[in-house]
Amino acid sequence: MATLQTRSAARLMMSPAVLLLFAWMIVPLAMTLYFSFLRYNLLMPGMEEWAGTLNYHYFLTDPAFGTALLNTLLLVGGVLLITLAGGTLLALLLDQPFFGQGIVRLLVIAPFFVMPTVSALVWKNMLMHPVYGIFAWIARSLGLQPVDWLNNLPLFSVTMIVAWQWLPFATLILLTALQSLDEEQKEAAEMDGAGPISRFVYIVLPHLARAMTVVVLIETIFLLSVFAEILVTTNGGPGNESTNITYLVYAQALLQFDVGGASAGGIVAVILANLVAIFLIRLIGKNLEA
Amino acid sequence: MGSITLEKVSKSFGTTKVIPQIDLDIADGEFVVFVGPSGCGKSTLLRIIAGLEDATDGTIRIDGADATREAPAKRGLSMVFQSYALYPHMSVYGNIAFPLKMAGEAKATIDDKVRGAAKVLNLTDYLDRKPRQLSGGQRQRVAIGRAIVRQPKAFLFDEPLSNLDAALRVNMRLEISELHHQLKTTMIYVTHDQVEAMTMADKIVVLNAGRIEQVGSPLELYRNPKNLFVAGFIGSPKMNLISGAAAAKENAATIGVRPEHIGLSKTEGPWQGKVTVVEHLGADTFVHADVDGVGPVTARAPGEFPVKHGEQVFLTPEAGKIYRFGDNGAAL
Repeated sequence: MATLQTRSAARLMMSPAVLLLFAWMIVPLAMTLYFSFLRYNLLMPGMEEWAGTLNYHYFLTDPAFGTALLNTLLLVGGVLLITLAGGTLLALLLDQPFFGQGIVRLLVIAPFFVMPTVSALVWKNMLMHPVYGIFAWIARSLGLQPVDWLNNLPLFSVTMIVAWQWLPFATLILLTALQSLDEEQKEAAEMDGAGPISRFVYIVLPHLARAMTVVVLIETIFLLSVFAEILVTTNGGPGNESTNITYLVYAQALLQFDVGGASAGGIVAVILANLVAIFLIRLIGKNLEA
Repeated sequence: MGSITLEKVSKSFGTTKVIPQIDLDIADGEFVVFVGPSGCGKSTLLRIIAGLEDATDGTIRIDGADATREAPAKRGLSMVFQSYALYPHMSVYGNIAFPLKMAGEAKATIDDKVRGAAKVLNLTDYLDRKPRQLSGGQRQRVAIGRAIVRQPKAFLFDEPLSNLDAALRVNMRLEISELHHQLKTTMIYVTHDQVEAMTMADKIVVLNAGRIEQVGSPLELYRNPKNLFVAGFIGSPKMNLISGAAAAKENAATIGVRPEHIGLSKTEGPWQGKVTVVEHLGADTFVHADVDGVGPVTARAPGEFPVKHGEQVFLTPEAGKIYRFGDNGAAL
């Protein structure tokens, strides 16, 4: 891309793809923005009229909104915490040489390939079910009262299911980071009198900081929009206890048929995601600088 | 404090014997250089002394006490690695202070020692920088600083200069030698560069395929190489090793003559040859010649020696400076 000619040629060649991607992004966004200012209910087709900011007003003052916002943040935070801590420990474990390393690594990564709906169903019916579930069986074998996970601890249960899906991702990223740690650095620390824990705190953790940042940023993007797991297991309930913003938008649009209100919610979710992104970049983005 | 003894130390990785068996005494305050071609086991030997590798068999004594099973940190040795192994996220200060911090020293003591070491190594202005903001030579000095603050019984250097450019290498070589005179601590230095070995060592250990070929002072090795390997390895340019008729005349399987012990003349001499390459270094001229009945020979001439590629020259090996080696490679 050195000369003027190749540069303009490159622009010309790239423009169809860029234009397509741009349209792909801007059309739905513009339509959502437009709908969010309309009184638009599928039960009353053809009655659309300009509603101003009324949809936003109703969405933001809905008591469910506060709960959903809190649930979203708790879900994201909880999953991040579990995957980062668990991922680091698993990565440390998998970094050790042992027999059958290849197969174990494959097994650890496997949950990432299971689609969210399937894994949620498996968790709901085979693990967390108060009658047939393995957890219930364990509880009964110990003479304890089985826990009805999805009814009594709905948000916690959803967090566990999502964390189980994302643990492999964190493990994988952290494991590769761990493998790129210079062996001589560890040896130097050993010569300097650092024990295993000091070595982990002073050498390994700082080295992992960048990989952890990547994990946090990528997971946050996907976790803000967790939906399938909630739909399949708790339907956002009981009450609003496991409703996050995404699920609230869904309920607004397809359970109450209020397209205008749902669009307003969608725009709120977009703004929220951007706020979180800005906050995260400010907080940990410096780790990404070379 | 600072003597190291290896008794019958051997090392195998799986079924490959890297070091068959080694006995070695290193006296307190000595500057010992392990030298040998790559893959000869010199780094492995150093790592065994450091405790980063276990010896398969044998005993390592540090100051007379058995340290074979001791953890690296407990041996009281510090090591400078080939890659320097600085901690990239810590400042220069943090790097040098790290071993003291791990030893649980008081903050004030750490500060004193770090600043003292920085002063010795000319790092005072760089204490706040991160390793990636330093040049190669400075990084090297930080690594040395990290090693000296602990006041170890001995320093171990694992090819510390191989990542530096030629000019800096000569400089750092001097600095390390000076440091040794200042601290008078035992130093073990691993290198594949025989010039480093010759210039720095009190005692050179020449290793080949995990065996010690010869131990001695630089000049001892230069004057009396025990075998062909040492003869070929020590000295630059390499000793001319000649076999065949010329060697048979001296009753040896192979004879060796150093380039500096060959007289050059354009008119007379016992060996006549054609110049293939001339290397002018300024102070010296290395003349590579193809001698009839002997083969390729390198000779060192004064810097201004007027000779060109393709000319005829006569070479005279100095009497009494001809090394004779038997069939098994040992010196006769």
